[in-house]
Amino acid sequence: MTGPVQVPVQVPGDVPVEAPVDGPVDVRVDVRVEVRGAAPRWTAVCRLDDLAPERGAAALVDGEQVALFRLVDDTVLAVEQRDPFSGAHVVSRGIVGTRGDTPTVASPMYKQVWDLRTGRCLDAVGREPQDLRTWPVQTDGDVVLVGGPGAVPGPAEGAAP
Amino acid sequence: MHPDVETAPPAGPLDAAPRRLVVVGGGMVAQRLVEAVRDRDVDDRWQVTVLAEEPRAPYDRVALTSYFSGRDPEDLALGDPGLWDDPAVRLVRGARVVDVDRAARTVRVADGRTWAYDELVLATGSSAAMPPIEGNDLPGVFVYRTIDDVAALRGWVEQQAARGRPVRGAVIGGGLLGLEAAGALRALGATCTVIQVGTHLMSAQVDLGGGEALRRLINRLGVAVRTGTVTERMRVDRRGTVGRLDFADGGRLDVDVVVVATGVRPRDELARAAGLEIGARGGVVVDEACRTADPHVWAAGEVACIDGACLGLVAPGYAMAEVVVDRLLGGSAVFPGADTATKLKLSGVDVASFGDAFARTPGALELVHSDPVAGVYTKLVLSDDARTLLGGVLVGDASAYASLRPMVGRQLAGDPSALLLPGKDPASGGDLPDDATVCSCNNVTAGTVRGAVTDHACTDLGAVKACTRAGTSCGSCLPLVKKLLGAELTRAGITVSHALCEHFAMSRRQLFDAVRVTGLRTFSEIVQRHGHGRGCDICKPVVASILSSLDDGHVLDGERAALQDTNDHVMANLQKDGSYSVVPRIPGGEITPEGLLVIGQVAKDYGLYTKITGGQRIDMFGARIDQLPGIWKRLVDAGFESGHAYGKSLRTVKSCVGSTWCRYGVQDSVGLAVALELRYRGLRSPHKFKLGVSGCARECAEARAKDVGVIATDNGWNLYVGGNGGFTPRHAQLLAEDLDTDTLVRTIDRFLMYYIRTADRLQRTAPWMEEVDGGLAGVRAVVLDDALGIAADLDASMARHVDAYADEWKATLEDPEKLRRFASFVNAPTTPDPSLAYVAERGQARPATATERAELERSTAGGPVVVAGTTLAVRS
Ligand SMILES: Cc1cc2nc3c(=O)[nH]c(=O)nc-3n(C[C@H](O)[C@H](O)[C@H](O)COP(=O)(O)OP(=O)(O)OC[C@H]3O[C@@H](n4cnc5c(N)ncnc54)[C@H](O)[C@@H]3O)c2cc1C
Ligand code: SF4
Repeated sequence: MTGPVQVPVQVPGDVPVEAPVDGPVDVRVDVRVEVRGAAPRWTAVCRLDDLAPERGAAALVDGEQVALFRLVDDTVLAVEQRDPFSGAHVVSRGIVGTRGDTPTVASPMYKQVWDLRTGRCLDAVGREPQDLRTWPVQTDGDVVLVGGPGAVPGPAEGAAP
Repeated sequence: MHPDVETAPPAGPLDAAPRRLVVVGGGMVAQRLVEAVRDRDVDDRWQVTVLAEEPRAPYDRVALTSYFSGRDPEDLALGDPGLWDDPAVRLVRGARVVDVDRAARTVRVADGRTWAYDELVLATGSSAAMPPIEGNDLPGVFVYRTIDDVAALRGWVEQQAARGRPVRGAVIGGGLLGLEAAGALRALGATCTVIQVGTHLMSAQVDLGGGEALRRLINRLGVAVRTGTVTERMRVDRRGTVGRLDFADGGRLDVDVVVVATGVRPRDELARAAGLEIGARGGVVVDEACRTADPHVWAAGEVACIDGACLGLVAPGYAMAEVVVDRLLGGSAVFPGADTATKLKLSGVDVASFGDAFARTPGALELVHSDPVAGVYTKLVLSDDARTLLGGVLVGDASAYASLRPMVGRQLAGDPSALLLPGKDPASGGDLPDDATVCSCNNVTAGTVRGAVTDHACTDLGAVKACTRAGTSCGSCLPLVKKLLGAELTRAGITVSHALCEHFAMSRRQLFDAVRVTGLRTFSEIVQRHGHGRGCDICKPVVASILSSLDDGHVLDGERAALQDTNDHVMANLQKDGSYSVVPRIPGGEITPEGLLVIGQVAKDYGLYTKITGGQRIDMFGARIDQLPGIWKRLVDAGFESGHAYGKSLRTVKSCVGSTWCRYGVQDSVGLAVALELRYRGLRSPHKFKLGVSGCARECAEARAKDVGVIATDNGWNLYVGGNGGFTPRHAQLLAEDLDTDTLVRTIDRFLMYYIRTADRLQRTAPWMEEVDGGLAGVRAVVLDDALGIAADLDASMARHVDAYADEWKATLEDPEKLRRFASFVNAPTTPDPSLAYVAERGQARPATATERAELERSTAGGPVVVAGTTLAVRS
């Protein structure tokens, strides 16, 4: 057999696939803002309370997967959700900590460590270091906003939910 | 050359053809010899052929008796099995050499094949001596030398036991070997009487006083002893097998099985027939280079007669093997002389003798301490000025053996009588001279062990063992090696950092104690008090594990949730593509057809890949984080609970089918396994751990490969601890025998709790037992005899765990707050991760490879793609 077998295809961007859930799972309001056409400069993704302190959460921002982290002092930081060492989208599920004064996250896959503020790889665990992209984040009241390309920190424009 | 003669394959790239080294005999010494050739012959100058009479690769004869506890002959494997796959080595099993033609330089094997040699080594060892007693060939009479011997003995005793009354055993010979055999008969459930011709047991090693103390210890094991007794006849019974022993003093003893262990005879028959010189009491006479009068014939091991004697111990045999190899490679090594120190390997009976144990040195002084009540007899032999240690005998407590033996021939510091006091460990190791031999099996000196630290940067016991081979054979020197290591590290100013990570300067054990004492229960408080910073992926899970051992809260309660790695956080196992696997608990591997249908249906509905695990349960792969609650809702509703496959905690209790179904089973292994699994489920520990229960000594559950292994006996359960598979496989060691079920469970409770409290982060039970005070004996003292006075506390901790247990998944499904973490995206909680892609293989889904993914993306231009497995159901 050559090549993969192709079986029913789902493209979640068009048709959200409903998970077959019987239990009380979906307990949250979907606050994603869809702006068609030009990329928004700031996207509101959730409320601060939706994020647990020192734990990450994934968010979809303009079709890209972003990992958000809320630190003890309520600062929120955003890096790439894709772990460059494994190719899996799991960075938000890593353990948050510090190295000296630098806030860090460790990959849940192969334990590489990154600086959450700059995305710089601090410990490549014996491999070639690979950094993570970062996104600017700001909070407006209790709403967390992630900046798109060209976004500069400042007052949020028309993106509140 | 003779056409039938087999030769070594042609040489490799070197111009000179390799020379042919033929070794007769595939025993322990042959094994060491081949190992040494392959280690040192870097230019592949030698092609080695080993002609072995036994049908298997060389094995650890010294540990032969452990066959009765381990059963599997593989347990006795020696060294790296890869040795026999080396192209420069050829092992011919089942090949008994019958003739050596020195003129033609060939040897002939019983089946007629002939092998040519350039150099020949005789390593034929010894055979068990059979005294000329009438009836010594009756069925039921055994010797004790090979795996086949002990397998036959075992089979016979089991067959006799099937007749339904206790099997009566006797061992003729009260030396080292006889006592080991007596222990083996007891282990097989037979009664046992040891018949000794001489005045006392182990008369070749210990004096009369020691022999008397030894008799008392042996009696305590339920073994009777008859000294000064000559066996005249073995009488046949009605069934045509051995039935009675008649003694010269008129006494008689009814028996069903007899083991003869009266000594060994060197197997020098080949050399005799080839006209080589034979020693007065047998053995192939060799010079200090281990060479016979024929410059191309060597002898090593028990068959060699060196300095006028054959040596029945493995250490001198290893030394001879090294000498031969050195000579073959052009060196000029000579046999260094023998260390005949011995230690009896019989559990519950500690006996050792070393050096001039009988005070034969002129003017020697004997210093004796005897305590018949405690069952201890200790004797040191000193030079006439009472300053130099010459030898000694230790009965009942041989803990000082490892440190005293290397001191033989050296001046003792301080008052020697202090050394006799029980529990005193004299040489701290620190003052041992560099040339003192620490490990006599592998001839490793104190200097070599120190060098491992200073020159090879070894900082722990495992590294020192790997680097020097010290302690890798019988292990009796390990306490001393450990002390030398510690002393050397201190001296070199190397402080071995036990710091967990940059946030905590203490070890897991220290942190455990600190948290227990201070009663702090949140990470913030703990890191503030005992560390600094905000933690990391090393210390956070450790703190979570400690907290759960101390108060059994839910793994996802409050701040504790942030300490868990993703597996514990979402209670599933992260896989390479970011999806998870799900494992419900199947206690003891016992599952109803209804249960199987539920798992099958869930897997089918969610398109999960299913596989049976080594722990006798079912793993379902490919679940997305947002699917986990839905999957678990169905499983919990059907009565399943978390299998904790994700935690550093109990995994499974593997069991065989046991006495309920199996023809051979003697106890209900499944029943016990289920009870143990339910007892220890969810128990967090420094490393994952596993248990196993077998219903009889056949050990179908491979319990000895587990951290805690239980094997049924006619009288209860034998408990083994410290086994594991994985990267460094270990066999579990016997902790206690014939326990009733309550005692068994209590002992396991304490063992696990002691481990959980004192082990280091990610330290499995086997390395923990090497490090913990007193090793196996120390653990035994704590869990069985409460030596530290903590047993009640350990029991209470376990009781708290058992009472507080609740299924983590059930609790999670009932708590909307906890369910929030299963959102795939905080702003699109049920949108699947668009990067996941699967293809079908062998009828199930598997993650697509990078190439497959690229191909799929190209063919479905636009947007990322999820390709479902053949059976993925998408509900609306
Ligand atoms: C139960 C028991 C406990 C022991 N405990 C200890 C202990 O605690 N400490 C210690 O130091 N020693 C102990 N020993 C002794 C130790 O096992 C021996 O000293 C060691 O095995 C000697 O090694 P070897 O290679 O010389 O002989 P062996 O290991 O006996 O090997 C010789 C091999 O050569 C084979 N052979 C013989 N003739 C031929 C032939 N013509 N052709 C082909 N093959 C042939 C034999 O079948 C055998 O496999 C113990 C022995 C036994 C049986
Ligand atoms: S270990 Fe014994 S009881 Fe269990 S399956 Fe094997 S033979 Fe039967």
